[in-house]
Formats: sequence, C-alpha cells, structure tokens
Amino acid sequence: MSGEAIPPELLTDVLRRARARGATEADGFLIEERHFSASVRLGQVDTVKHSREQRLSLRVFAGKASAAASTSDLSRASLERVVDEATSLARVTAEDPHAGLPDPADLVTAVPDLELEERGGDDLTPEAKIERARRAEAAALESDPRITNSEGAEYWDRRARYVYATSHGFAQGYATTAFGLSVSPVASANGEMQRDYWYSAARHREALEDPAAIGRTAARRALRRLGGHKVRSVEVPVVFDPDTAASLVRSMAGAASGPALYRRASFLLDRLGKRIAAPAVTIVDDGLIPRALGSRPFDGEGLGTRSTVVVGEGVLESYLLDSYSARKLGLRSTHHASRDGAGVGVATTNLILKPGPTRPEDLIGSVKNGFYVTELIGFGVNGVTGDYSRGAVGLWIENGELTYPVEEVTVAGNLLEMFGAIEGIGNDLRLRDRTVSPTLLIGRMVVAGN
Amino acid sequence: MERLLGGSLAGRVDDADIYLEYRVNEELVLEENVVKKASRHVSQGAGVRAQAETRTGYAHTDDISLSNLEEAARQARAIADRTGTSGILAVPSQGRAHDLYALAEPPIAAALDRKLELLRRIDAAARAADPRIAQVIVSLASEQIVMLIATASGWTIGDVRPLTRLNVTVIAEENGKREIGSWGGGGRVPCDFFLEEDRWTRFATEAARQATLKLRAVEAPAGTMTVVLGPGWPGILLHEAIGHGLEGDFNRKGVSAFAGRLGQKVASELVTVVDDGTIPNRRGSLNVDDEGTPTGRTVLIENGILTGYMQDRLNARLMKMAPTGNGRRESYAHPPMPRMTNTFMLAGQDDPEDIIRSVPKGLYAVTFGGGQVDITSGKFVFSASEAYLIEDGRVTAPVKGATLIGNGPDALVRVSRVGYDLKLDEGVGTCGKDGQSVPVGVGLPTIRIDGMTVGGTQV
Repeated sequence: MSGEAIPPELLTDVLRRARARGATEADGFLIEERHFSASVRLGQVDTVKHSREQRLSLRVFAGKASAAASTSDLSRASLERVVDEATSLARVTAEDPHAGLPDPADLVTAVPDLELEERGGDDLTPEAKIERARRAEAAALESDPRITNSEGAEYWDRRARYVYATSHGFAQGYATTAFGLSVSPVASANGEMQRDYWYSAARHREALEDPAAIGRTAARRALRRLGGHKVRSVEVPVVFDPDTAASLVRSMAGAASGPALYRRASFLLDRLGKRIAAPAVTIVDDGLIPRALGSRPFDGEGLGTRSTVVVGEGVLESYLLDSYSARKLGLRSTHHASRDGAGVGVATTNLILKPGPTRPEDLIGSVKNGFYVTELIGFGVNGVTGDYSRGAVGLWIENGELTYPVEEVTVAGNLLEMFGAIEGIGNDLRLRDRTVSPTLLIGRMVVAGN
Repeated sequence: MERLLGGSLAGRVDDADIYLEYRVNEELVLEENVVKKASRHVSQGAGVRAQAETRTGYAHTDDISLSNLEEAARQARAIADRTGTSGILAVPSQGRAHDLYALAEPPIAAALDRKLELLRRIDAAARAADPRIAQVIVSLASEQIVMLIATASGWTIGDVRPLTRLNVTVIAEENGKREIGSWGGGGRVPCDFFLEEDRWTRFATEAARQATLKLRAVEAPAGTMTVVLGPGWPGILLHEAIGHGLEGDFNRKGVSAFAGRLGQKVASELVTVVDDGTIPNRRGSLNVDDEGTPTGRTVLIENGILTGYMQDRLNARLMKMAPTGNGRRESYAHPPMPRMTNTFMLAGQDDPEDIIRSVPKGLYAVTFGGGQVDITSGKFVFSASEAYLIEDGRVTAPVKGATLIGNGPDALVRVSRVGYDLKLDEGVGTCGKDGQSVPVGVGLPTIRIDGMTVGGTQV
C-alpha cells in the first residue's frame, strides 16, 4: 500500500482501552483496502469504480463471555464507542466455557513471506487497465460471428493490508495484492441467446492469463451452449468439469467446518477417520503456497497457516477448525479461523482435490451415455444430509464423445454417495482459484429433464 | 454537496449524485440457550457517481471529508467526462417520498435485555414443540440506515430505514438421522412485531415442524410434472422466472430473454405481476430508492402481457422511459442498479383446495430455499424445502428437498389456475445481483403450473 497506511498502534491502543474497560482479553483485526475496477461493454467504457475501505473489528472477552463490534470510522470518538459497545455487549452474553483466545504459545512467531503482495512495479494507468478489458472483450466478439452481444469485460485490482493483534501483546500484519480480468459474451443463433464467461485472477499481475485468451475461452464456452435442450430423465454417469467439480469440493469443506459440526448440522458428523470418498480422492487445504489466491501467513486468530490433509485416500482425516469450534469438539484448532466484521468463523485457504492420472478426454471417452456438466445453478445442497439437487448446463456424452448441449435439467444425488462413486479423476488440475479440482467422473447420478 | 455537484461534477456529465450513508447493524444469536454472539457494527461512507451517455464513474470513501469527496468526485468524473453532446439529459427526479415505516421505537433502539428475553422464549418454544429437536439457533438481526442523496438536478432527499429479521433454525434427530428446519420473518417494523399475533411461537413451531417433517420425507420424483405452488414465499418463482429478466439494465443491453418483448404475451392471461415498493413496513419497501426516486407500483405483466420494466435513472434515461423507483444499492460502496422491491402475483378466482384436487399426479411445493436465474437463456431454478406428492387430487407423502427448473419466458405461460389466497412472504428475502445484496419481498397466491421439471432422484 502507499505510504499513508494506518499505524498498527491504532489497533493495540484499542485493545489496551478494552482491557481498561474491564475486558479480560481482546483481539482485533484491522483491514485497509484499495479497490479499482473498470468494465467495458461493446468496446465502450461502462463503469469505473475506485474505492478505499478500512475496518477495525474487535472481539472482547469478559471472563468466558464475549462480544464483537466493528467500525469503518477510525476516528478516536468512534473507536472509543466501539470499545464501549463491545464491552457492554459482552456483559449481557452468557458465560461459555469454550470461549477465549488461543494459547499465546501457539501464535505464529515468524510470519512467512508468501509473496502475496506484488511489490515494486508501477501500477497501470486506468487507461491501460481499461485497455486490457477491451482486448479481452474484443477477442470474444471477434472470435465468431455468432458472438453478437456482451455483458462486458472487467479488469479489477485490489491492494489490502491486514493487521492482527491480541491483548497479550501479539501484533503482526501482512499485505496482499490481487488482480483479475473477466469477460461475459453472449452468443446467439436462431432467436436463442446464451451467455457464458471466463476469468483469470492472481496475486501478481503478470500471472494473469492473456486478455485475448480469456476472451476466446469465454466465447467458446458461450458458443457450445447454443442449441441446448432438455433430455429425458435418466440415471447416468456424470462428468464434472474442473470449475463445477470445485463446487463439490467446497460443499465437502462446508460440512467439515467446525461450526457446522458442533451444531450437529453436517453430514460429516462422527465420520473422522472413516471412509467418506472413493480411495482415489485426496483433498488438502494448503495455505502456504507462494503467490496463491487462498494463501495467508496466519489465520484470523494469529495461528500459523499450514497444509492440512482433509481427506486422505478417501478417509476423512481432519476437520477445519478455529479455536472455539475445536474446544467445543474436544479437538485442536487446525488454524482455519477467518475474520469478518461479525466475529470469527472458519474459512479454507487453497483447497485442492489432488489430480489423478487420467486425461479429461479419456474420462469422457470412458462414458457410453452420460452428462458432462459445465455450469451449476441454484442452492440445492443440504449440508445436514448431503442431499444434492442443482440446475445444470453441459453437453451430452454419447459413446465417449461430447455431442449436443443440454440445459434446463437438474443433477441430483447425495454428496457422500457422489464422493463414494468417484470413478475417475482428471490430470487437469490448475491452481486458478482458491478452491480447485480436476475433472471428476461420478459413476451414477440422476439427471432430471423431460 | 452543492460545491461538489456544482464544481467538481458540473457541466460535462449527463447526471451525477452523491450518496451519504450511516449504518448500524446489530446481531444477536442464541445457541444452545446461551447468547453465542452479540455484535454491533457501524459503517459510514459516501459514494460519488458521474454519468455520461452509457458511462458511469463511481468512487466511494469511508472517510467522509470534503477533500476525500472532492477526490472521489474527480475520479468519478474523469471517466464519465463527456466528449461532444449526447443529447440525452438527466431525468429530473420528482414526486414525493412515501412515509412507509416511521417507527416510535426502531428495532436497533430496543433494549438488549428485551431482545434476549424474546430469543430465550423462542428457544424454549422450539424445544417444547417436539422431543426430537436437538439444536436450536435463534438469531435477531437489526439494522438502521440513514441515507441522504443529492443529485445534479438539485434534488436532495433523505431516508431513515429500520429493518429487522428474526430467524429460527433447528436440527431434529431421530435414530441417527438428522434434518434441519428453518423459519423466520420481519420487515421495517419494531421488535414488538414478533410478539404480535404470536409470531414468535409460530416461527418456533414452524421451524420444528419443517425439520421433523423432513425426517420422514421420501425421495423426490425426477422429471416434468404438474406443480402446485402454495401461497407466499413460493413467489420466489416470480423473482427468478421473470423478475430479474425485467430489470432495465439487462433489457437496455439486450441480454435478457425478455428484451424487446414489451406488449407481447409472456404468461397465461390469468397472470398479473407487480413490483410494489410502497407497501407499509415491508422488507422490500422504500420511501425513496437509492437514487432519490420515490418508489412506485410497476405492473410488469398484466393479464399475461408484458407491460413494464423496472428502471433506475441511468437505464430509464437511455431507454427513454420513466424511472420506476427501482434504483437500489447494497451500500455507499456500490453504484445503484435496477432491482426488485416486493414482487408478487395478484390473486385469481380459484379455491386453493380445488386447485390441488384438479391434479391427478404432481408436486405440491409450499416452502422454498434460494433460487437463481440465467437471465440470458432464461433458465431459472428454485429449491423446494417443503414439498409433497399429489396423488389423485390429494396431498400425500412429504418429499426431500428438490430443485425445480424452468424457462422464464414460458414458465408463466403454463399457469393454468390462480387461487384467491394471495399472501406476501414473512419478510426474509435477500436478493443478490452482481455481488450486491438487498432486502426484497415476494408474494403469490396458490397457482398450478402444467409442466415443470422437478430435480429429484426417483426416475
């Protein structure tokens, strides 16, 4: 960030004041962010946004009772009010034997440099950023005459700085940068319109995909949806492309997260150490990968990030826990605490389903009659039972070949059964987002249509 | 404000405005009968917008000082700066703001101990509802937004917006099987709203009923069948199937499946759908929208004919239509877009019992989770959380949650019966678009749709 960064003392002063107001312990997070985005539609600038944001989040403990407060107004009067509100709120909440900060001895001692911030190098001018969006969209529009319209292309970047401190005297921070470019073209033919998109995001600008390549991929995705129709309802093998497969991994992580477990609202309850997926399935959460979008040097409670095997060869090896949910479950934190204005939760870092040996075209080639899913819509995932039913778009597989596009159908099953029925894992893993997967082949699911 | 609008933003733009917001959010969560979370968040900031032709420059800051606002105005104008004349001028704002939710005691101001006492009573009521209830989570969220907007045409207006929402979630357990049930409600109402008409007990027992019902639910059918939707929250069908597709921005850009279809038949003649931001105390209502335009009642579909789009100022100007009071934003950090308020279908003539009796085989869906739509292809989904089989005109076994999928432009053409029992939802809806969330309402009478795909697992 530029030289006008807010001093970390602001946070430590707030924690000191909380102690003075009767808090036995306190911790806080300070976030500063600058964001820029520019969108272009049909070659013309559409919207340009600049923003700067800051937020101080405070958690206080009065013995075993706790409360949280936050503010975006960092004036002295406002910060004093936040402390007063949090400490008085803590007095009305009940004692909770599991509440409290992590043991100070567990806090990170050396903050690793994960190269999450692009240092040096001049920021692009707004015109140069707009030009990248324009190139991406132009590549989509020029790639095929059936690309007739566009929802636009967007370039964005974000520079953020985080500071975490506790009333025990811990204070550490780190900075990140992120850059992204996305395009959403519209294809049309015979009165039908189809939209799709593609994007690239990275911590360092030079790691972004070439704008023209993003545009062409987006166009190809929109074009292959033209002429889609429903199919007859049938139970068949289903192949999920890497992006839709990643959403399945995300659902699995949601069920493995501490808050869902101690509320008994998870289909992974009491399954630690048990088989929950096919033996070929290994899922890791690795927060230490340099330059990766999900990496962070420490979690929302100052505990050092690490690499966690969540599912190892089909067996559930670890839950994802912060200190509180760990104590509730009689386990230890896995260093997955996340911080937002509302308090502490659990968040994954870089969540990865490990690649297998098979080329994705061979996975498709192994299916005689089935469905290749390229997009999922809706919220039909029940985290308590694992029951799964979502709207899907994709291509039908006949005799190992992708044939006609399919839309207005659902795919349904149960996540535990689906992970148990994974019969093939692609070798096409790319760490292009926080949660990633290679192509997955699931033996049987119900596709509902006509 | 005048200095900014007259100096930094004047002259070379078609429209400009400054939006100031101060917001307080409070959340109380009772879990296992103890207060698990108590939090209070304050945010304030300003968003400055400048527009020329189709271009928008937007800058915001949460440090409201004149120098920061001037810098924001400079950034916003830099992009919207006009070269040449577009001939399109800002639509002057007009009309009177409503007074839909003046409260003697806004929910954010109610005493904490009263709120916590309410949560404890609900917890006890949910546990008492059924011995299989193993977990109860009760949350009460309260919010107060004070906003002020000044536009380049000299219009300045403010609004104070209270909002509250109570939610009850329970886990029922039986023989190692677990299920979740949830119920809630609220609006721009005082906390006492939950004590009136025994709402608090109803929310508790409904959540418990949802969860225990699912314990005995059978697999949902898969395939195309006749679907009867119950009144109220199933109105999310309208929100997804046609609502988003009738927002002005998608139609101006020609990317909506409904683009260019004004005056055409897009639904059965039994169907009239309105978006109405002027209903007192509703979650989706506003005195003025986030651009200062008083909200209104927009007829979207009248007797099956597409009659209107929902507009903000930008898209109204570019489409040469009138703004409809649908310009909304999540906060000062976001530029406004055309968004829904309270979207519902008007009541018809049929007895709801008759509608069910008219179906030999189908699905009766009464409660839904979320939905989503692809506005370009028109395909939409919404997920039933409480649904039953209809066999020989009778409601029989409850079925597991299933996603329903349809095509916006023809889903409402298949509406063959409309009940007289129009109901608005309890006040729980939040709509997401382009990363921005805003509170909304929906409503529906009992309707019959002939042919909708149900995404179950029983082929």
